[in-house]
Amino acid sequence: MAVIEIKQVAKTFGSFTALHSVDLTIADQEFMVLLGASGCGKTTLLRIIAGLETPTTGEVWIGGRRVDHLPPRERGIAMVFQNYAVFPHLTVFENIAFGLRMKKMDQAEVTRRVTRTAELMHIEQLLKRYSGELSGGQRQRVAVARALAMEPDVILMDEPLSNLDALLRLEMRAELKGVLAESKTTTIYVTHDQVEAMSLADRISVMNGGRIVQAANPVEVYRNPAARFVGSFIGNPPMNFLAATPAGPGKWQVAGQMFDGPVAAAAEFAIRPEDLHPGDTGLPAEVRVVEPLGPHTLITASVAGQPFRAILDSTLLPAPGDLLHFAPAPDRIRWFDPATQTAL
Amino acid sequence: MPRLLPYLLLLPATAFLCLFFLFPFVQVAHDSVMRNGVYTLENFSRMAGHWKFSTAFWNTMLLTAVVVPIQLAMALTMASIVTKLQRGRSTILYIFAIPLGISDLAAGLIWLSVFEQSGFLNSLLVGLGVVDQPILLLGYQNTWIIFIAIVLAEVWRATAIMMVILVAGMGLIPKEYGEAADVFGASRWQKFRRVTLPMLRPSLQTALILRVILAFEVFAVVVALGGTQLPVLMSETYHWQFQMQERGVAAAFAMVILAVSVAFTILILRLLHVPKGARV
Repeated sequence: MAVIEIKQVAKTFGSFTALHSVDLTIADQEFMVLLGASGCGKTTLLRIIAGLETPTTGEVWIGGRRVDHLPPRERGIAMVFQNYAVFPHLTVFENIAFGLRMKKMDQAEVTRRVTRTAELMHIEQLLKRYSGELSGGQRQRVAVARALAMEPDVILMDEPLSNLDALLRLEMRAELKGVLAESKTTTIYVTHDQVEAMSLADRISVMNGGRIVQAANPVEVYRNPAARFVGSFIGNPPMNFLAATPAGPGKWQVAGQMFDGPVAAAAEFAIRPEDLHPGDTGLPAEVRVVEPLGPHTLITASVAGQPFRAILDSTLLPAPGDLLHFAPAPDRIRWFDPATQTAL
Repeated sequence: MPRLLPYLLLLPATAFLCLFFLFPFVQVAHDSVMRNGVYTLENFSRMAGHWKFSTAFWNTMLLTAVVVPIQLAMALTMASIVTKLQRGRSTILYIFAIPLGISDLAAGLIWLSVFEQSGFLNSLLVGLGVVDQPILLLGYQNTWIIFIAIVLAEVWRATAIMMVILVAGMGLIPKEYGEAADVFGASRWQKFRRVTLPMLRPSLQTALILRVILAFEVFAVVVALGGTQLPVLMSETYHWQFQMQERGVAAAFAMVILAVSVAFTILILRLLHVPKGARV
C-alpha cells in the first residue's frame, strides 16, 4: 500500500521558482502522469519525490510515512531515468540485480527476480551483454526491468520513452501499461507528450509554470479543461478560442452568433475542433488550409479574424477561400474567464 | 594532398622524438650489452653482482609500494570531495596543484630543511623540550627516518597530479549513474565502490601508470634527503655513470628500470581493462 501525498511542496533555485506550493495525492496503485511543457516543474516534482532534490518547503509522504528528509534508498521507490542510466560496466543481469545486491539479497532470490523481470520485459536473451551492446529500446527495457525487480511500492518514470523512435515508443507504451498494471505499484510518470499521458494515465496532472493546473482522469482533462491552458495544451490540434461579447444575462455573441453561456462579467468561448458540424448556420469560417489526413480532414480557417481549426469527415473536401458555417455541438462548448483563465 | 597533411604536420615532432629519444634509447640498449667492443652480458652480471644492487632494487620497489597506494587513496578521497564542491572548486584545485610546479630536487631540499640537524623539526623538538639538543635524524643509523621523509616528500609532491587526472575522470561520469545508484539503494561507500570506481577505470589507468613509472624513477628527492644512505635504482645508475665511469653498467641499470616500468604498465592495463561494450 503506497499512497503518495505531496503537501505544499515548493522549490526555488536561487531566484527562480520551479514549484509553487504544490498539493497532490496519488492513490495506491494509481498511474499518475505529470504532464507539461519543458520547464513546467514536472521533473523537479518527480525528483523531489525520489529524493534526488530536496524541497525548499513542504512535505512528501509515501505510504503514511514522511520521507522528505530521507535519502532515496529509504523511500521504497524505484526509478526509470530519461537516459536509462543503465550501468555500462555491468552486464544486463547485474544491472537488473543492482538494487537487490545493495539489499544483500541471497543469490537464489536475485536470480529468481532477475529471470522473472527479464522475461516480463522480453530481454532474457540479453542477460550476459553489456549496455554498450544494446539498442536504445533494449536499454529502456533493462531500465524498466531493474525498477520492477525491486518490487517497489512506487515506480517513478522520467520521460522514459522520449529517447525512442516513434514506432518503438508506441510499442513500449502499450507494453509498459500492461506490465505496470500487473505489478500493482503506484506509478508516477513524467512526460511532455499528451498522447502518452492520455493513453497511460489513470489520472493526469497538467502542470504549468510550477503549478498543477488540473488533476483529473484523461477524459475529464480533455472534455472539461479546468483552465484555458489545459485546453490549449491538450488535444491535437488544441481547442479553439474565440472572444465573446455580452448580450444580456447568460447570453453571449460570438462571431456574430448568439450562444447561451454563463452569467459573468466577461467570458471567452471555446470549442474542440472535432465538435464542429458544417452546415448552413453557425460560425462563419473562411477556409485557409485543407489537410486530408485519411480518416478525417483538418481545416484551418479564419473565424472573426481568429485562426480556427475544425476536424471534418474526410468525404468533405472544401477548397481554400470557401466560406463554411460550423455549428458547435451545444454540450461541448466551454467558457473561460479571460481574467483568471479558469473555466466558468 | 589533404589526406597527407595531418602526417606532414606531425612529421617534425615525430622526427624530433626519433632523433632525440628513440636514437639515444637504442644507444643505451646497445651500451648495456656492449663491453670493450664485444657483445656480452657482463654489464648485467657486474650490476647484479654488486652488493648495492639488490638493496637499491628492493628500496625502489618498497618506496613505490608504499608511496603509490597512499597517493592513490589520498587522490581518490580528495577528488571525490572536490567533485562534490559547488563553489571554490577551481581555487582548491589550484592550491592542490602548487607542489606540481616545484622540481623534485627543490621538493627534496624543502623536506631536507625540515628534517636536517638544524631543521624545523629539530627546532620544534628542542623548543618543546622533547630533546635537549638537535638530533641527527637523517643519519645512517636510522634509514627508516630517511625512508619516511622520502615517502612524505613524494606524497606531498606528486599526489596532486593523480588527483587532477581523477577529478577530470570523475567529471566525465554522467550524473545520472550516481543518481541511479542512490535510488537503487547504494550507500555512499557502495556507490563509490560499485559505480564510481569501475567507471573511473580509464582515468585510474592513466594516473597509476604515470605515478608508478615516476616512482620507479625516483631520484632527486632520495639524493637530497638520504645522500647515499638509501640507494635506489636511479641513484645507482647515476653513481655508475658518473662516479664509476662505467657507462655499460649504468645502461644495464636503465634497462632494468625500463623492464620494471613496462611490466607494471602491462599489469595495470590488464587489471583495469574495460571490456569492449562496457565503455561509457
